[in-house]
Amino acid sequence: MGRILVSLASGLVFGLGLVVSQMVNPQKVLAFLDVAGNWDPSLAFVMGAAIPVAALGFALARRRQAPLCAEAFSGPVRKAVDGRLVAGALIFGTGWGLAGFCPGPALAAFLLAGTPALVFLAAMLAGMAAFTAIDRYLPPAR
Amino acid sequence: MENFTPLSAALGGALIGLSVLILWLGNGRIAGISGVAGGLLRPQAGEAGWRVAFLAGLIGAPLFHALLLGAPEISIRSTYPTLAVAGLLVGFGSRLGSGCTSGHGVAGIARLSRRSIVATILFMLAAAVTVFITRHLAGG
Repeated sequence: MGRILVSLASGLVFGLGLVVSQMVNPQKVLAFLDVAGNWDPSLAFVMGAAIPVAALGFALARRRQAPLCAEAFSGPVRKAVDGRLVAGALIFGTGWGLAGFCPGPALAAFLLAGTPALVFLAAMLAGMAAFTAIDRYLPPAR
Repeated sequence: MENFTPLSAALGGALIGLSVLILWLGNGRIAGISGVAGGLLRPQAGEAGWRVAFLAGLIGAPLFHALLLGAPEISIRSTYPTLAVAGLLVGFGSRLGSGCTSGHGVAGIARLSRRSIVATILFMLAAAVTVFITRHLAGG
C-alpha cells in the first residue's frame, strides 16, 4: 500500500511540475528548441532546477540499504554507450522536435487538449508497443 | 524574449526533481516516464500497480490544476499526420534508447550516468535540428 501511495504522490508532483513549468505546452517546448528563431530559454531552468533536487534524493539514498517502501533500489545497471542508446536518443529527439511533446507532457495533456493530444498519445503508445514487439530482433544491448 | 518565464520554469522543474526524489527514496524506482509507461505494455508480476498509480497521478494532477487554479495553456499547432509520426518516433525511440527527457535528462544526469549524459546531448541536438529544419528550412 505504501508503495502505491508513494507512486501516486510522485506522479501527482511530476504532473504538477509539468503544468507549472509549462512543459505541458508543446508551443513552449518548441520555442525552447528553436535556438535560431525567437528563442525562449525558459525550459533550461526546468532541468536546471530539477537535476539538483533529484541529485539530493540520490545522495540521501546512498545512506540507506533499501528504499522506505520497497525491498531494494532498482535502478539502471547498463554502463556502455551502445547503438541502441544512440539510435534511440536520435529517434526520440526527432519526434520531440517535430511536435514538441515528450512522454510526460503527452500523458499529462491528453485529457485537457482534445483530439490532437489523443492522436499523439495513441501513436506514442503504438511506437512503444512496436519496440516491445521487435526488441528481440534488434542487436542486443551491451 | 517576451515569453521568458524562468521562475515558473524553475519552480516546476524543482517539483519534477522532487517527484524523482520521492519515487527513488520511497520505492527505489526511477521516475522516467517512458520507462514507467512502457513497462506496462508487458508487465512483470507485481509491477503493474505502482506504474498505474504513478500514471494516474501524472494524468490527474493537470485536471486538479485545471479545476482549482485554471486550465494550463496547451497549444498544439501540428497537423494530425505530423502528430502521428512524432508520436511513433517518441514512443519507439524513448524505449529503444532506454529513456526520455525525465529518465535520462533529469534522473540520469542527477545520477551522473554517462549513458544519460550522452543520450540527453543527442536528443537535444536531434530535436533542435528538427525544429530548425521544420521552422526555418522547410518553408515554415
